[in-house]
Amino acid sequence: MIKAYIDVTLKKSILDPQGTAVKKGLEKLGFYAEDVRIGKHIEVLLKEDKIEAAREKIDEMCRRLLVNFEVETYSVRFEVIE
Amino acid sequence: MKAGVIVFPGSNCDIDAYKVLEKLDVEVEYIWHDEKIENVDLILLPGGFSYGDYLRCGAIARFAKALENINDHIEKGKLVLGICNGFQILTELKALPGALLRNKNLNFICSDCNLIVENNSTPFTNLFTKGEVVNFPIAHGEGNYYIDEEGLDELIKNNQIVFRYQNNPNGSVYDIAGIVNKKEMYLV
Repeated sequence: MIKAYIDVTLKKSILDPQGTAVKKGLEKLGFYAEDVRIGKHIEVLLKEDKIEAAREKIDEMCRRLLVNFEVETYSVRFEVIE
Repeated sequence: MKAGVIVFPGSNCDIDAYKVLEKLDVEVEYIWHDEKIENVDLILLPGGFSYGDYLRCGAIARFAKALENINDHIEKGKLVLGICNGFQILTELKALPGALLRNKNLNFICSDCNLIVENNSTPFTNLFTKGEVVNFPIAHGEGNYYIDEEGLDELIKNNQIVFRYQNNPNGSVYDIAGIVNKKEMYLV
């Protein structure tokens, strides 16, 4: 089986008010960050054995539901699970 | 005219919408998300938190049985009104362009709000005059309308912007508070 780890984030051009609020929170604790962006993490377990096939499926899932391309983008990494 | 208010698990302004239509002497019924829409002239998608806003606001609602034949409904020239979460559902359905993001200041805003009528030639706004300032209640955490520049030009060109905020409360692009589709079927 293959596990896909998907990270969905707001596009760089979109202001992320959550990230800005957290950045300010970190500053109150004495941490300075150049930038903080918040996204979501999705894990999907697939009954595939080839990464190419899994990638195709995940890309379609992202396109049709998991990601709103008006404002979001995603990255994905795969792990083969024995 | 017959209206149907679609009720999703998590809708919370469905009763308000029903009562308003009833007061206006419109024949109105509730449509549970799991029922098919039949023989209504106006579909109203109410506010609230359909399906707990899981994944994204409105993202799961678009799979509801009640919305399966929404495109046929539109093709027939019937009306759809999406308020608040209803607007989010319509953008997720790609029935309206753009998307709704978290309010710029992250606050949930619940207040009265002045809107400027930009387009009074829609079936929803034809009793207003253009430029008139109207007061509407707003209540949303994700009402920050986003559309890219190209999309915005298109909205302006096609006169699809119906309401703009007088004092933008949430960071919406171009102070947009309400839009219609090209056929003038939807409104925020």
